[in-house]
Amino acid sequence: MAESKEKIKKVSVICAKGSLEDVYAALVMTNGARMEGIEANIFFTFFGLDAITKKKMNKLHTATVGNPAMAMPGGLPFPTILGVLPGVEAGVSAMMRKGMDDLDIPPVEEFLDMINAAGGKIYGCKLAVDMFKLKREDMYDDMDSIITIGEFYEKAAGGQIIFT
Amino acid sequence: MSQKEIAGVTIEVDDSGYMTKFEDWSKEVAAGLAKENGIDVLTPKHWEVIEYIQKEFQNESTLSIRKVGKSGVVDIKEFYNLFPDGPLKKATLISGVPKPSGCV
Repeated sequence: MAESKEKIKKVSVICAKGSLEDVYAALVMTNGARMEGIEANIFFTFFGLDAITKKKMNKLHTATVGNPAMAMPGGLPFPTILGVLPGVEAGVSAMMRKGMDDLDIPPVEEFLDMINAAGGKIYGCKLAVDMFKLKREDMYDDMDSIITIGEFYEKAAGGQIIFT
Repeated sequence: MSQKEIAGVTIEVDDSGYMTKFEDWSKEVAAGLAKENGIDVLTPKHWEVIEYIQKEFQNESTLSIRKVGKSGVVDIKEFYNLFPDGPLKKATLISGVPKPSGCV
């Protein structure tokens, strides 16, 4: 085997974007780390904060405009003009969420619950929380705390940082 | 594929240490594998989880931490406490079933 024998001990994932796929990438990596016995932190900032904002967390969207990877079910090209029609983005996003549920991938809130139960730490970015004028009660109950970038680096010390 | 001796029996394991013949599994083998993986004593709760995993394997269903958490046998937190440092990987290894292939 070419892989290194040395195990990754700790990862800190930064989730800075709020689209469905960006948030899921961060959640899968954080939860996956815990599944492997790796210590894990996840830090939500800017639009990534939507994933830990109660009103938005279970309604994240995938972009149907400006998304070159977007395709019709079955693989045909997805005309960009379709993406601007009312309801299309919501419909596509709902299909994505359904597709994930079929693969046993949980909704965002349940995914956060899993990470929390697994001992992963969940943080919100103070600067972004202030910018979006969010209150603690607007945010995911089991979030560990709202921290500054300096505190994030302290918590990430000794591990790898992944920016999604 | 290699062979190794555990609890006085020879078992066949794959490159990741998972048993390749479930019929060679016994409670003694499980206890031996658990020790090798840092779990000194298998408590009644451990055995309940092992039984559940083996049942799911026999039903050919795909295992995930989410599914174990919803099984009613253990919740996710307890599962991590029982089998620290990679609960699903460890629990399946000790249960004598193949390494789970899911990402969640």
